[in-house]
Amino acid sequence: MKIVKIIAIVLLVAFVGIQFIPTTRNQSDTVPSTDFMLVNNVPETIQKKLQVSCYDCHSNNTQYPWYNKIQPVAWFLEDHIKEGKAELNFNEWDSLSSRRKASKLRSIIKQIENGEMPLDSYTLIHSEATFTEAEAEELINFITQLKDSL
Amino acid sequence: MSKLKSTLGIVAIAFITLTVMSCKDNSKEQNSTDGDHSEMNHDNSDGHHDGEKREMAMGGDSNTQAVLNDYFNLKNALVGDDNGKAKELGATLATSLGNFDASQYNDTQQSELKDIVEDAVEHAEHISESDIAHQREHFKVLSKDVIDMVAITGAEMKLYEQFCPMYDGGTAWLSTKEEVRNPYYGSQMLKCGKVQREIN
Repeated sequence: MKIVKIIAIVLLVAFVGIQFIPTTRNQSDTVPSTDFMLVNNVPETIQKKLQVSCYDCHSNNTQYPWYNKIQPVAWFLEDHIKEGKAELNFNEWDSLSSRRKASKLRSIIKQIENGEMPLDSYTLIHSEATFTEAEAEELINFITQLKDSL
Repeated sequence: MSKLKSTLGIVAIAFITLTVMSCKDNSKEQNSTDGDHSEMNHDNSDGHHDGEKREMAMGGDSNTQAVLNDYFNLKNALVGDDNGKAKELGATLATSLGNFDASQYNDTQQSELKDIVEDAVEHAEHISESDIAHQREHFKVLSKDVIDMVAITGAEMKLYEQFCPMYDGGTAWLSTKEEVRNPYYGSQMLKCGKVQREIN
């Protein structure tokens, strides 16, 4: 009984303790001139969808959920965002060469087609990020056009 | 009293889960840095191979040759439907691409080559961590990169650019042999495709 209590107290202290470990937050007020939306003529519906479904992890500005402030959730999110931005950062779109753009666009199409993006762990909480069949088709058509025009 | 016990128990379990989860995250990060280390080791060993090849090549572009050799090994793994081997060879190719030195080319060629290599490295890295269907998707774009690279650098040996009209709206790849062995379908359609160009 005593041991259980001690363990509980230790864990409680640990849980409180990790709350003080700082995490880097992915936030920025400015949208750079290289942003995907600024350099491409993106229809409004697609702009909204990209913002809601992709930009949280694939841009310099994340709309954080309230629970982001609780560890270890914050670490989990930080990790995902870091990985997501390394793979594709919509804010820095125009700094890519045509070859790299074509590669990225091709990947976007494949990932949406196969339902790999947005991640399940993301849509679980952000249900509005899920693509309906029509939305997926609209986006894929647009991205295909963009790819062919490169 | 027993209520208190079970409440405490539940709280304890909850915390254990949370802590274990956070530990997992940490160990994952450690793993990934470990991975980097081993890649760096590969780096060295490949650099060594590179040197050997350079001696053998005698004035040819050994850089390109190292990339091509790794590319063909990877292609053969995909022909053999070997996901695990393709993963390894994808990592090897990423390293030899990373070692690619374009300094002997002129400025326009250098920037073009830098672009090609950057793109190709990314695809090779993805191949090193994907299932076989994904590996083949990335190999398609990788092949385009390598074909464009050879267009600038040339190659020491005779190459065949082959083409399969069925895979993803038509897809090309390079081979050292004239007979077609399809890396996009493997055993499923081993001989699908044709030679569309001979290089050298």
